[in-house]
Amino acid sequence: MNKVLLIIQREYLTRVRKRSFIVMTLLVPTLFALMYKVVAYIADDKNDVKATHIVHVVDSARIYQEKLIDSRYIKFDYSSRTLTALKTEVKEQENDLVLYIPTHKPEVTQIFAKKKSTLSLSDNLERQLNDIASGSALVKAGIDTARLHRIKSNIVVNANEITETGDQSTNMGATYALSFAGAILIYMSLFIYGAQVMRGVIEEKTSRIIEVIVSSVKPFQLMTGKIVGVGLVGLTQFVLWIGLSALVSYIAGQNTAQASPAYTFIHSLGANAGYELGCFLFYWISGFLLYSALFAAVGSAVDSETETQQFMFPITLPLLFTYILSVSYLFQKPDSTLAFWLSIIPLTAPVAMMVRVPFGVPAWELGLSMTLMIAGFVFTTWVASRIYRVGILMYGKKVNFKELGKWFFYKE
Amino acid sequence: MLSIRNIVKQYAGHRALDDVSLEVQSGQVFGLLGPNGAGKTSLIRIINQITAPDSGEVFFNGQKLNQAHIERIGYLPEERGLYKKMEIGEQMIYLARLKGLSRAEAQKRLKFWFDKLGMETWWKKKIEELSKGMQQKAQFVATVLHEPDLIILDEPFSGFDPVNAEIIKDEILALNKKGATILFSTHRMESVEELCDAIALIHQSHKILDGTVKNIRNSYRSETYMVEYAGQRLSFNGAQPFDVIGDTITDDDNHTIRIKLNEGYTSNDVLQYLIPQVRINMLQEVIPGMHEIFIEKVNANNKSHE
Repeated sequence: MNKVLLIIQREYLTRVRKRSFIVMTLLVPTLFALMYKVVAYIADDKNDVKATHIVHVVDSARIYQEKLIDSRYIKFDYSSRTLTALKTEVKEQENDLVLYIPTHKPEVTQIFAKKKSTLSLSDNLERQLNDIASGSALVKAGIDTARLHRIKSNIVVNANEITETGDQSTNMGATYALSFAGAILIYMSLFIYGAQVMRGVIEEKTSRIIEVIVSSVKPFQLMTGKIVGVGLVGLTQFVLWIGLSALVSYIAGQNTAQASPAYTFIHSLGANAGYELGCFLFYWISGFLLYSALFAAVGSAVDSETETQQFMFPITLPLLFTYILSVSYLFQKPDSTLAFWLSIIPLTAPVAMMVRVPFGVPAWELGLSMTLMIAGFVFTTWVASRIYRVGILMYGKKVNFKELGKWFFYKE
Repeated sequence: MLSIRNIVKQYAGHRALDDVSLEVQSGQVFGLLGPNGAGKTSLIRIINQITAPDSGEVFFNGQKLNQAHIERIGYLPEERGLYKKMEIGEQMIYLARLKGLSRAEAQKRLKFWFDKLGMETWWKKKIEELSKGMQQKAQFVATVLHEPDLIILDEPFSGFDPVNAEIIKDEILALNKKGATILFSTHRMESVEELCDAIALIHQSHKILDGTVKNIRNSYRSETYMVEYAGQRLSFNGAQPFDVIGDTITDDDNHTIRIKLNEGYTSNDVLQYLIPQVRINMLQEVIPGMHEIFIEKVNANNKSHE
């Protein structure tokens, strides 16, 4: 059996069997489902106004008398009491409020309540007041409101995308979500699994087994085996997460009689699902190979994890930089010059390109980026392996970048 | 078996090995001696192909050292270590498979070794659950499991308690008897005369002495003898065929002297001179131990560099 395969097998199995892997694999979909529940709960308007609110209407002009319509949680009360009296009364009440409509200035209508009123409640009131006011104004102007209602159009704008396979309806929200999810997933997993590679290298070094291993295999074989093994662990975790998330949200979705987020997600990907998933996989794998090689080199250069700081910073800087730019700028301007360059340079491309892909990227740009990505990881792997082979046998040396440079130029 | 020719290894700032050559014969127990930092580990790493020399060549059974030879060599580094979180059985099999053994074969041999060294119950234990001595025993097994032709041990006895050190020593000798060539480095001389057929002494990156233990010791003979006699205490006036080194040690009637033969005389001449005067209990040639040779050589080398 090939020795690299043997190393991959060990690296993979020892990690997948770990309790922390199993816990993470189960925990993340659970958190995901939980988050979905919370978001659904917050987004649900009705939850906003659950208790019955009594709205005391102070309207001395009596324009709105008996015209406001009660809903499930909002009941209107037309009292003849003064505003001051009502205000002192609702001060003691949790859910009641006063709607004050000044006779001569109805446009500065106000609500008074013990608590800040919720958006959906004031929306409801605003809508009703406007309808009533404009209705009576129309009547006053001699317009037949019934007729007006009949001829009033109801136009909704649907965004469409022109593609080769025909026009497609697009959901801008889903595109943003996808773009954001892609960037954040790549960013986090490059960190998490890159650090795992680094920790693995440090473990071999501090436990001193490294010398036994490199008397059996070439350092490059060991490094390759470790990177690929950890990468497969990452892929396994992704597949399990997606599968479990889909399952969990499917079950959760059934209960609330709503489409599950996984379903919505896949649906919003539409016909591009394969393309976008393919891009994600490519940038995940190539980005992981690129960064984990650097992480491996860092791990080989130090004696313990606490010493990694000075090297970690410059390595993670491009990632962090792109990530911050992604969530603030690239979203808005996925076709800007900055977005273009960031998605071409291999160090920043995985995150930047995943932001852009859902908005559509010209084929030549994608091709160029991917080619450079491959060249990039071949290059970093080569550089890293030259540092790695020296570093793993160095102990008790305070290493700086100059020293790493020297190692790079060492002969075999 | 192993032929090391003109090896030079340069590290930034210092030369770890400078034109070192040596020959290890098949079936030998070869001792690589030298003070700490002399370059022993650098040489061992080159033989293990962990690093490559800047110049010079290594031949293994007449062939230029290459990747195929890795499986024929077993290596126990000075700094021992295993994966702490991994079960010992699984780990031994992994290491053996990296040396080219099949899983089934590794399992079979491991069972044999575990039985032999009283480790049967350890199989499922993690390394971190074992004592340091137990870990070292396990590591020794890992070194020899693939039945290498050449076993390289860097400071093999450091870290072992006396009982385990004895067990390991016996196992090394047993493997040697079965045909394995042993190369071990040490800076402790006690084990050398007992174990080694041949040695090389490395000091300050140079080989300053090598050969079989017997030849080296013979070449350091200095015509010095220890004589114990009974009877009257003798005083010497210079007419005898030897010089007396130091004082006469007297214990009751028995006197012991250290002598150095004068040029052209043999031990027989000593006896002929003494027998008429006293009764001889003992006459023994004093051959310097490896320890003395080591110190003498290293000191001489230090002086020549000053």
